[in-house]
Amino acid sequence: MNNEPAAIQITGLNKWYGDFQVLKHIDLSVGRGERIVICGPSGSGKSTLIRCINRLEDHQQGKIIVNGIELNNDLRRIDEVRAEVGMVFQSFNLFPHLTILENCTLAPIWVRKLPRAQARKEAMAYLERVQIADQADKYPGQLSGGQQQRVAIARALCMHPKIMLFDEPTSSLDPEMIKEVLDVMIGLAGEGMTMLCVTHEMGFARTVADRVVFMDEGQIMEENVPEEFFNRPQHPRTREFLSQILSH
Amino acid sequence: MSFVRDTYLPAAPPPPPSVGALGWVGQNLFSSPGNGLLTLLGLFILWLGVPPFIEWTLLNAVWRGTGREACLVEGAGACWAFVAAKLGQFVYGRYTFEERWRVDLVFFIGALTVALLMWERLPKRYYLALFGVLVYPILAFILLTGGVFGLPVVETSLWGGLLLTFVVAAVGITVSLPLGIFLALGRRSQLPVLRLLSVVYIEVWRGVPLITVLFMASVMLPLFLPPGVNFDKLLRVLIGVTLFSAAYMAEVVRGGLQAIPRGQYEAASALGLGFWKANLLIVMPQALRMVIPSIVNTFIGLFKDTTLVMIVGLFDFLGSIQVNFSDATWAAPQTAATGYVFAALIFWIICFSMSRYSVRVERRLNEGTRRE
Repeated sequence: MNNEPAAIQITGLNKWYGDFQVLKHIDLSVGRGERIVICGPSGSGKSTLIRCINRLEDHQQGKIIVNGIELNNDLRRIDEVRAEVGMVFQSFNLFPHLTILENCTLAPIWVRKLPRAQARKEAMAYLERVQIADQADKYPGQLSGGQQQRVAIARALCMHPKIMLFDEPTSSLDPEMIKEVLDVMIGLAGEGMTMLCVTHEMGFARTVADRVVFMDEGQIMEENVPEEFFNRPQHPRTREFLSQILSH
Repeated sequence: MSFVRDTYLPAAPPPPPSVGALGWVGQNLFSSPGNGLLTLLGLFILWLGVPPFIEWTLLNAVWRGTGREACLVEGAGACWAFVAAKLGQFVYGRYTFEERWRVDLVFFIGALTVALLMWERLPKRYYLALFGVLVYPILAFILLTGGVFGLPVVETSLWGGLLLTFVVAAVGITVSLPLGIFLALGRRSQLPVLRLLSVVYIEVWRGVPLITVLFMASVMLPLFLPPGVNFDKLLRVLIGVTLFSAAYMAEVVRGGLQAIPRGQYEAASALGLGFWKANLLIVMPQALRMVIPSIVNTFIGLFKDTTLVMIVGLFDFLGSIQVNFSDATWAAPQTAATGYVFAALIFWIICFSMSRYSVRVERRLNEGTRRE
């Protein structure tokens, strides 16, 4: 561990939905530029965990510090954090009434207060990067799922985030479209973006992740570098999970 | 047995639809004995109703005349001469005769604004819309009431006819929409007090008939005010109508809000958009677009409900027509019927235009935004 402050520091995080405890004493530290893949069976709390990081969900106990800002009920701080944390959703969540380009320029214009022309220029550069610039004037409904997800990534990047959260970004895509999204994510990882990624794409985890975190029943069961995690899983639950998803 | 395709099949044209007018008739009107019977029955009813109506309104109608004698002819139909003679009153009510040009000017600017707004390619249409919403009401208010710039004051008690109908409807429509939006947001708010207040407001106003509201506004309200304080009856009615329709509008808007997926709010939040920006830029444009038919439905309802102001002694379009039935100069058996047909025609034209316009707006907004 180096002395640089962590990008994300989570300590003793507990969260309940009513009486049901979804997150149990989570400790997780993510260094700058680190790429973390979180996996686990459905209902294990992995999505909830990353949604706590930009406070789409609030937590009841524990500490979450993002870029040195502690998340609490202070709304101004939450907006500060959100402006630095980009998020990509399983269901894309593009704004259907705006064109692709408008989707990407909206937040830069209204949150970062960029002049319109500059916001357009930046957005086009990011759309170029996810190879979808030629669709800039179309509406989300006219694009395929893979294209929409790439736009969603570009939209998040337009805010110049320091951290990117991915919540099962390929889970609702057809097999032929998964690769185009993963390619963009791999490119992003190569540029040193801090990434937290909930995904079941184990190939992606193997090649890109610095660390793999395995969750079950709201707790972290195992955490290791991919090499060790995949070849020598320690916890029996991890072994069971890996054999389930890698056996076919 | 195995199969490997070596070429892709080309797309074939669809099979032709049924041929010609006869094919259409066969398919749509006489597809079965039952349907054929219903078609014939429908035609029979049309034959019974339409020709006499046309005869009465057009063929046998009296178009010219200066009094009841013209319409007292044996077998005469509608007495359009009555409408022609009284048209001024139907449009302006008792508005001072010499000042009617002010009403004309307000109508003209209003019509011009609406017409230009419908021209979609107009550059800077945004500013025109701002003019229509912000400047025009003030301009219309100054022109209609007067009292400044050397314009003589025209008491609102003199306003009437189509003018009054338009004033009540326009104020009701333009103020109730934003009010309804805030109420709908309030009803979905996380804050319990705000939510409760919105719910109480909506349920109270929706649970009361408009007539009651109008009576309250014109008869009861003055009783609660200190003696000597008296504010304009028209203003009281306008407030009543607006608050009333805001409750309906709130429910319509809430319907739209409920159709917006949670993911839209989350995506907006994740991008750092706060509550107001997320609502203004992401949620409302989608929600309102979805409920345009219901919004226009409420507008049309409100427009027709303006006739109820008659109850409290204001003479709207229908009211000023009815008042003239008792004019001895035009007392003829078909005077009332003619007046009502005329009122129905004008109301229908206006409401139908609103409905057509909304269809147009809907179609334009939906271009390209097909949802998957």
